[in-house]
Amino acid sequence: METLSFRLSAPTRAGGTRMQAIVGVVASGNLEVLLERAAPADSCMIDITTAAHGFGAVWDAVVRDFVARRPAGGLRISINDGGARPDTVALRLAQGVRKIEEPER
Amino acid sequence: MSDWGMQKAALAERLAAGQRHASGKIVPIPSLPAFLNAVIRSGDRVCLEGDNQKQADILASALADLDPAEISDLHMVQSGVVLPSHLDIFEKGIARRLDFSYSGPQSARIARMLFGGKIELGAVHTYLELFARYFIDLTPHVALIAAVSADKDGNLYTGPNTEDTPTVVEATSYKNGLVVAQVTEIVDKVPRVDIPGDLVHFVVEAGRPFYVEPLFTRDPAAITETQILTAMLAIKGIYAPYGVRRLNHGIGFNTAAIELLLPTYGEKLGLKGKVCTHFALNPHPTMIPAIEAGWVEQIHCFGSEVGMEDYVAARPDVFFTGPDGSLRSNRAFCQTAGLYACDMFIGSTLQIDLEGHSSTVTTSRIAGFGGAPNMGSDPRGRRHPSEPWLKAGAEAAPDSDAALRRGRKLVVQIGETFGERNAPLFVERLDALELASALKLDLAPVMVYADDVTHIVTEEGIANLLMCRDKDEREQAIRGVAGYTDIGRARDPKLVEKLRARGVIRRPEDLGIDPLDADRRLLAARSIKDLMLASGGLYRPPSRFRNW
Repeated sequence: METLSFRLSAPTRAGGTRMQAIVGVVASGNLEVLLERAAPADSCMIDITTAAHGFGAVWDAVVRDFVARRPAGGLRISINDGGARPDTVALRLAQGVRKIEEPER
Repeated sequence: MSDWGMQKAALAERLAAGQRHASGKIVPIPSLPAFLNAVIRSGDRVCLEGDNQKQADILASALADLDPAEISDLHMVQSGVVLPSHLDIFEKGIARRLDFSYSGPQSARIARMLFGGKIELGAVHTYLELFARYFIDLTPHVALIAAVSADKDGNLYTGPNTEDTPTVVEATSYKNGLVVAQVTEIVDKVPRVDIPGDLVHFVVEAGRPFYVEPLFTRDPAAITETQILTAMLAIKGIYAPYGVRRLNHGIGFNTAAIELLLPTYGEKLGLKGKVCTHFALNPHPTMIPAIEAGWVEQIHCFGSEVGMEDYVAARPDVFFTGPDGSLRSNRAFCQTAGLYACDMFIGSTLQIDLEGHSSTVTTSRIAGFGGAPNMGSDPRGRRHPSEPWLKAGAEAAPDSDAALRRGRKLVVQIGETFGERNAPLFVERLDALELASALKLDLAPVMVYADDVTHIVTEEGIANLLMCRDKDEREQAIRGVAGYTDIGRARDPKLVEKLRARGVIRRPEDLGIDPLDADRRLLAARSIKDLMLASGGLYRPPSRFRNW
């Protein structure tokens, strides 16, 4: 297991009122993403536990693009990764934001 | 005075030698070893029929059981090196030289044997060029072929898997070579005559069907969201704007996703009747929903696909079928159709370099080419116009005189930026180059050459290489869709944005596609069982694909 942590300034705050959302599953080639509204509105904290070693530079690129492109401000995101490909990671992160922004019923 | 009948005389000798082990044209199975020993001569060029689908497996085993002290130095000229026995023939020293096309399941062993000097390699071909050489300089002395049934005169019924047989028999029999067929059974009257009996010299009743590999079956359950996204990009960003009606799909999950999105996403885009109406394609099970929804006018097939026989027979308006009702496939004709009468090839690959060369070779495996390089190349001899062909030609050379401008076939490579075991699709240097230097090959085994590729599709977007004006633009266009691979992260962001502004690179958002819409619910079938149900029970999936 390798752990990585990112503290990034986020240009856009995540909308909606839900306090948390979870997407994905921990499986080979997949990942589980827990999003909590537990960071300052202008920043995004991402903690990663991954089964794949040595991909720090790729994670760095993926999470920076994510925070630049999606409204991630105010979120603390925990990722439990089973060696997912970067495209899957980016997709799950986007799905996670969509879910936490969903109106509450 | 020359003797112009030496080959006829040699054939007569073989026939006489074989006749001692046969009754009429029929060779009983127990006599097969002695029979082969009698009709094959050391040094013969032998075509052992087998490609990526059907296999003359009984004859292959019998050939591998010959005594190398009696028969050796054979030169095998065959489409596929697929069965273990195909390589046992070399291991035992019965054969020495090999010209072939495809070696999928034996790709690791064939590489080891080439390194070990057990095989003297002529060349790795595409199917069509190996067939071509059967008629020029690699004409077989003996062809060992496979059919479904035969009558006592040697008329053969090849059923849905006709594939290479007519080509192999034509080259061999009309040039005084010997043709031996294995058949499942001898019958009084064959359902249809696929190969006329006067071209077939001997028949072996195997008592069981020849082996067929279900190579073109993709389980929809394994299709990922990213593959669905690439399929959406291809449909909206390439099929629609070029109006691609005549095409070939390669094997793989990305193209399977495209097939399953036609009746859903394609329908929503209003593309029915405007794209994907005519195919050079095997009967892919994943085509069933699109066929059932009325998308497809016709499909010509290289071969059949295990389990699709009844479905195909029940859809004669779409497929080419014989008077007996079953599919008539023909690899040589279908490859020609794919080369000259299709406007697009789209398929997956394992590695793409910065120029756009692509290869499915890894350093320890030689899988051969099969038909992909033939499908995935621009036929310079083409002369008939079509809308996609002319549009692609215009994009490549907008300033040239339209009446003198060649069109271009669309050759599209589609894939995720990272493949199996997180291997990057984009590389600085193809593994094929290492292999070529290790084996001292004149040519690196490149599946699709850079100058034939027109588009690369990944989850990050579409790179239109036709619109790149120099080497630098081309490299940045490729880097620009290479995602988080080392190649992608080393892009020049400013140039990539310029290319995007010109439409050379198109992102999902540029095409109005939200990656979050790439959902498995878009697939017209989400499992093999769904495919079976969509076929009204006519598709009978092989047991390995059944999980219910």
